[in-house]
Amino acid sequence: MAVILQQTLNGLQLGSVYALIALGYTMVYGILRLINFAHGDIFMIACYIGFFASGAFLARHLPTWAVFASTLLTSMVLTALLAMLIERSAYKPLRYAPRVSAVITALGVGLFLEHFTLATLGPAPRAIPPLLPAANYNMGGLTISSLQLMIIVISIILMLLLDTVVQKTMTGMAMRAISFDKTVVPLMGVPVDRIISLTFAIGSAVAAAGGILYSQAYPIINPYMGVRIGWWAFIAAVVGGIGNIRGAMLGGYILGFVEVFTPTILPSSTYRDFVAFTILLAVLIVRPTGILGRVAAQKV
Amino acid sequence: MPLLHVEQLTHYFGGLRAVSDFNLDLHEGEVVGLIGPNGAGKTTVFNLITGVYRPTRGRIQLDGKDLVGMQSCDIVSMGIARTFQTIRLFRELSVLDNVRIGHFSQARYSVGAALFRSGPFRRQEERVRERAYELLETFNLSRYASSPAKALPYGEQRRLEIARALASNPKILLLDEPAAGMNPNEIDRLLETIAWLKDRFGLTIFLIEHQMRVVMGICERILVLDFGETIAEGTPDEIRTNPRVLEAYLGKEAS
Amino acid sequence: MHSDVLKSKRTLLLIAAGLALSFLVERSGLVSSYVLQILMYVGINIILTLSLNLVNGYMGEFSVGHAGFMAVGAYMASIVTVWVFRNSLGWLAFPVAILAGGAAAAGTSLIVAIPSFRTRGDYLAIVTLAFNMIVKSLLENIEALGGPRGFLGMNRLTNLVWVYVWCAITIYIIRNFVYSNYGRAMLSIREDEVASNLVSVNTRQTKVLVFVISAFFAGVAGALFAHLVQFINPRTFSIQKSTDILVMVYLGGIGSIFGSILGATVYTVLLELLRPLGVWRWVVGPLMLVVLMITRPTGIMGLREFLGFVPREERAERRKEGTAIAAASR
Repeated sequence: MAVILQQTLNGLQLGSVYALIALGYTMVYGILRLINFAHGDIFMIACYIGFFASGAFLARHLPTWAVFASTLLTSMVLTALLAMLIERSAYKPLRYAPRVSAVITALGVGLFLEHFTLATLGPAPRAIPPLLPAANYNMGGLTISSLQLMIIVISIILMLLLDTVVQKTMTGMAMRAISFDKTVVPLMGVPVDRIISLTFAIGSAVAAAGGILYSQAYPIINPYMGVRIGWWAFIAAVVGGIGNIRGAMLGGYILGFVEVFTPTILPSSTYRDFVAFTILLAVLIVRPTGILGRVAAQKV
Repeated sequence: MPLLHVEQLTHYFGGLRAVSDFNLDLHEGEVVGLIGPNGAGKTTVFNLITGVYRPTRGRIQLDGKDLVGMQSCDIVSMGIARTFQTIRLFRELSVLDNVRIGHFSQARYSVGAALFRSGPFRRQEERVRERAYELLETFNLSRYASSPAKALPYGEQRRLEIARALASNPKILLLDEPAAGMNPNEIDRLLETIAWLKDRFGLTIFLIEHQMRVVMGICERILVLDFGETIAEGTPDEIRTNPRVLEAYLGKEAS
Repeated sequence: MHSDVLKSKRTLLLIAAGLALSFLVERSGLVSSYVLQILMYVGINIILTLSLNLVNGYMGEFSVGHAGFMAVGAYMASIVTVWVFRNSLGWLAFPVAILAGGAAAAGTSLIVAIPSFRTRGDYLAIVTLAFNMIVKSLLENIEALGGPRGFLGMNRLTNLVWVYVWCAITIYIIRNFVYSNYGRAMLSIREDEVASNLVSVNTRQTKVLVFVISAFFAGVAGALFAHLVQFINPRTFSIQKSTDILVMVYLGGIGSIFGSILGATVYTVLLELLRPLGVWRWVVGPLMLVVLMITRPTGIMGLREFLGFVPREERAERRKEGTAIAAASR
């Protein structure tokens, strides 16, 4: 029992990170119908930014909480800028091209980011210093670390914040309007370009937050880390219903539990990719629009 | 026995009833019209007959054989061809290929024959090519054979769509607003073409039309649809004077 | 008729000359073994590019997991030569192994083909991606096949002659398929799938067929590859590999046999020439893909074909195309 509770907690922690990254996939898909395959690598870049930023802030002998806060902020802002740059230079020219072109471009951008990082920073893994207090509390066989709680709590706060932005603010309304109809909305005075840029920025900033939190739990980073985590978050977005923000959160937690509980059911944790992608395939075959996605009718 | 028998055809989109209890008996050689205001469910009826949607309820029989649940391509191969409200040609492909694709179910050679270009392949391909050219000739389109379909003028595109539909050798032709976007002159020519088509190919025609003039000029029988319900059925004269039809078309004040 | 026979003789002669040349190059030592190796990579990549072009270019579906099929073919063929034939019989066993690799890949393609009945576009892309990942992940977990360490023990059975022969077969079969009833059905799916089904094309059967043929040749390419490098491991067949194949397709041009040959050749040779750049070389492919998509998304030969690859009876119409359009607009 204690083991299951412990694993549930681990699942929640991992699921929070997946959910944060899945949000970026889903927001961009919702507004542009583009699967931004580069998103996982944007997450990786965010971790690298976090690595250099935390180093710089630590050198200034700030208190740890201040280092964490400023690292988080720096990474979120810089990653958002990078995403906006990618959107402007690579995706915008293809906004009215066949969607296939845009998706292939996204794959290309992702690989570019990976290899560019590899070429400039080298393949050697680096470790991000711990910035969050890591005290362990024992509760009847169950070990709860303050780090774990912090990750879960910060993630949930961010998600609630995002959900409020999308549901309640003018910007969020504009986002939903554009995802509904891209041709008419500009006529109503909605600045489409700006809203799309903003969507990329917010999605990537949230992924960056996920990255910083993730690297507090798993401090080793390398240029390829975005591949696996990116794919998992992507599966989370699809399973929950891509384009649907609450779906992404739900999917994130589902995937978190899948990862944590796979080794207890199957012989080894190396099966986890197999399990995740099989779930993805099954969802796509049975309910292509995911758990919370809407079904679009075919037009003749 | 009617050629096409449709009984209590009903279809829901989500909770919305698009077509309800639609009945139709189409006899060989008839020209029947389906009219009604925009959004009345006319194209949905076509989509149900041709298997694009599976009806919520009801039955559709061609020559006594049930069509519900069959794939569109099989329904078409059995003898029901159609055109579309907005032209749906294979735009990048040549005019000849558009018509040859319409012959798909008639080129009967195996995949193996195709991959190795064996005897049956050559013979059947030759036959398909000849028949495609014949059709193009009939519709006065053969000089465009190698142009991409998108390069044709609008009127020719409409004709090509009919030629492509006829390639599958149908018994029944469903025309979805054939006069859309045409001027009165072109409409007159279209009416002649339809009458001629019917005789030349021995067709039974069921057509959707928005413009009264077209249906009145050519149909022997007309059904009127409004909000998915059949509100009237009869000869053009009966329809013209039917108060419910006038109401549906012109609104309540006019009646 | 007379000139037809003459022309088809000329084609046969050309193919035979190519065969003789490949034999000569392989045996004579005219070129270094390095160049020979590159030539074989070019050939294998031509097969991969053409087979993916069938799905992505001609049918307009969107597969991004082609390396998955290649992996199935590579492992299957290696199992046949190493376990079944125990490296005996030399090159006699090779065609059997290649065909087995192709067949195995073709069989697995149903996993992708059947979902394609209901979903297309980005969703199908995800399905193919998932397929690629599942294959890789399964191979990593099957200890008998070496798991993540890979599978080895194959003899170097692949040579330039084999590669040439399979390139010729691939081009011949795919060309015949494209210019047949089934091929036209495939093109009509790209243009308008719903309309296609409504003018009697059996779109499901056509899709299965196209996926099966495409996967078969990807499997063949995998088999040739495995017996060239003599060592395969799951990482070889990652999304990176699939992306490379995509680059070749979209570089050379969608819906074009000549384009595929061009794309595979240019990309393979270019990557070799960039070898001195080290890691930076890997930045080139993705960057090229992005620039290509923005500037010329259909590729160099996009939807156009070199007349030499068009069957004779179809050529007449193709030649007339230009003039007829001019006439139509008058």
